[in-house]
Amino acid sequence: MDHFPTHWGRPRNELDDQYNTFPLHQRPANHTDTFANGVQRTQQPIVTGTSVLAIQYKDGIMMAADNLASYGSLARFKDITRLHAVGTSTVIGASGDMSDFQHIQRVLDDIVTDEFTAGDGNSLGPAEIHEFLARRMYARRSKMNPLWNSLLVGGFQNGKRFLAFVDLLGTTYSAPSLATGYGAHIALPLLRQSIDPNPDAVTEEAAREILRNCMRVLYYRDARSLDKYQIATVTEAGVTISDTQKLDTTWDFAENIRGYGAQTQ
Amino acid sequence: MPDGSYERPQQRQFNPYSENGGTILAIAGADFSVIAGDTRQSEGYSIQTRYAPKVFRLTERAVLAVNGFAADGNMFVKKVKQRLEWYRHAHAKDMPLRAIARLIQTMLYAQRFFPYYVYNILGGIEEDGTGAVYSFDPVGSYEREACRAAGAAQSLVQPFLDNQIYFKNQTPAPGTNHPTHLPLPDVLSIVIDSFTSATERHIEVGDGLEIYVVLAKGRSTQELASIGGLQELSTRAEGDRMFVIRRDLKKD
Amino acid sequence: MFRNTYDSDNVVFSPQGRLHQVEYASEAVKQGSAVVGLRSKTHSILLALKRSLGELAAYQQKMHRIDDHVGIAIAGLTSDARVLSNFMRQQAMGSRMQFNRPIPVNRLVSSIADKAQVNTQEYGRRPYGVGFLVIGQDKNGPHLYEFSPSGNSYEYYAMSIGARSQSAKTYLEKHYESFVDCTLEDLIRHGLHALRETLQQDKELTINNTTIGIVGPVGAHENQLLAEGSFRILEGEPIQVYLNTMQPKRAPEEPVVPAQTDNVGEEEGPTHGATADEDVQMGE
Repeated sequence: MDHFPTHWGRPRNELDDQYNTFPLHQRPANHTDTFANGVQRTQQPIVTGTSVLAIQYKDGIMMAADNLASYGSLARFKDITRLHAVGTSTVIGASGDMSDFQHIQRVLDDIVTDEFTAGDGNSLGPAEIHEFLARRMYARRSKMNPLWNSLLVGGFQNGKRFLAFVDLLGTTYSAPSLATGYGAHIALPLLRQSIDPNPDAVTEEAAREILRNCMRVLYYRDARSLDKYQIATVTEAGVTISDTQKLDTTWDFAENIRGYGAQTQ
Repeated sequence: MPDGSYERPQQRQFNPYSENGGTILAIAGADFSVIAGDTRQSEGYSIQTRYAPKVFRLTERAVLAVNGFAADGNMFVKKVKQRLEWYRHAHAKDMPLRAIARLIQTMLYAQRFFPYYVYNILGGIEEDGTGAVYSFDPVGSYEREACRAAGAAQSLVQPFLDNQIYFKNQTPAPGTNHPTHLPLPDVLSIVIDSFTSATERHIEVGDGLEIYVVLAKGRSTQELASIGGLQELSTRAEGDRMFVIRRDLKKD
Repeated sequence: MFRNTYDSDNVVFSPQGRLHQVEYASEAVKQGSAVVGLRSKTHSILLALKRSLGELAAYQQKMHRIDDHVGIAIAGLTSDARVLSNFMRQQAMGSRMQFNRPIPVNRLVSSIADKAQVNTQEYGRRPYGVGFLVIGQDKNGPHLYEFSPSGNSYEYYAMSIGARSQSAKTYLEKHYESFVDCTLEDLIRHGLHALRETLQQDKELTINNTTIGIVGPVGAHENQLLAEGSFRILEGEPIQVYLNTMQPKRAPEEPVVPAQTDNVGEEEGPTHGATADEDVQMGE
């Protein structure tokens, strides 16, 4: 048995003279120490979801996200739900790391259960859920161990719509229309055009159409997106998350594209 | 080392900071203080929202404007407010302005090695009834000033204030002196002009403007009467009065 | 030395199934000057009688603000009350920090009740020697709770604790059905009448010895611009207008509960061997 406890559990090094008393004994130098660079934390997301879109409309809020969880550029999981109901008046939509999102779902379900078991008629609405998420996300970023997500929180509370954003830095904001990730560049201008002047003028049908259209634009433009998506609505009546819907898309134009790649004529 | 023996693995480190644009500004008068900020919040070239307040009422006579990394800013304001609440519990009165200023410096410096990435400007009325502005850097260095601009358009606005408030590069007419304090209507005009100009020339400034006005006890509110978008925030009719003026800025 | 065999610590039941130390703690509450709480559809109010330790001393503070929507009035050991009110403030601020929500009043009261219960079950501890009336408002409207050293908390339409509080309770029991529809002014008048019942023969309610705490919309005599009718404490001159509305006291006829130990400051602990030598019967 090795008489230097620091050697226990480590690879043997035949070149090291264990019985030498000088120089003072140190750890063998030719191996890598897992902790030499400090504890490793989430440095990057692994399995990711792309954009989430959400808007306010006449009766409440509506949110959309596709069903894809990507592994890098691989379309890895094609039936993932990225919209999650929290309690009876809130829905959250997540882009970014899916395992972190699942952790968040668990934490949120826990606090909703605690609130329910208190049994005093109080409940957590979208504003409280959003504040809680913001505190959690900010606390984790402050530990340099972020939950790698951009989240949208939507809901309906005390007769009022609620829609807000929170990301891995703890940054928060609220607006009549919101989008995460690629959608913030591609879809948000379209959403703002139709929603921001007056969300009250947008009916449920119109809202659904606006979101479907944006999801289609994203599917055409975002290489990490899918043509299968879900829509969640939160109104006075509560939360509904739709079944998976398929986008109808046309690719006829592709035949007419000329001028790049091998196809030059 | 040339043989690479001391080389460490490359890491793409998580960056816990961001920068959310916008500009804040405060000017102290003899018996009033004006604290303003735009309401746009952005990241890079994206406008995140057109309404995210950067100016917060702390007490009956103190207002804090926070600019920089929005998540840090909101957290910092929340913590300052809770500290002031504890002070209220302990002393049954609001913390005086100069004490809030020192509190903010200690709170900022406590995070010296993981700073709140925010520039703070504190405005309000001192215990002696004078208007005051305190400005801070992210790690707590602070001073009392007559005026200060901070944030994205600081480099556009501060020279303008130096000229208009401190009368830099202006020569008084023979036999006269520059006034030490400007009247409230002049200050409000300067604030509004500062923000409309910053909106023109800086992409991160615009959308909306919130101007908080704190008037010392007993001061006339006459000069505010004709201003549109005015809302009173005071909870007591006697004592210092606080108002907020909300205006639109260009959204492009 | 001891009045009872089973009262030297708080973890051993007496053969009658009682915890004497806990019951003595409840006696400490009765040493404190009286507080009264009432609730209407719109308001909850507290009224307290302040005592002065003597000519040279200031009146003892009886009410504390916990948060915008909650306030308490205390009877018993002021120092214990400070510890508990500090804890309540922490809970309230924690709720605001974590959820940006005013803490539901019942949870706040339960949290101190749970703390107090621990002190009735663990060896080497002593129960808190203080009782609270807690008023607050949340989405279910205004509330009034009593907290006691035994770790119990109950919600009430109207309640009184502290010295001679039985007299006030008698008044409240007679009138409580009318409180629901009372205006703030009427509610305060009822409260003052109830509080008056706890006074000694020669004493009167004055602006110096009375404190009023309110949650609910601003009343006719208040000139503040309060948001959402948050908790406020009225003392001194502002309560004169309410004292003026009181009806003159009827000739003394109701048997007043004998004063336990007058002129003992509420800071003092329970005095042993006051009356009976048997197990002291506690009011439920």
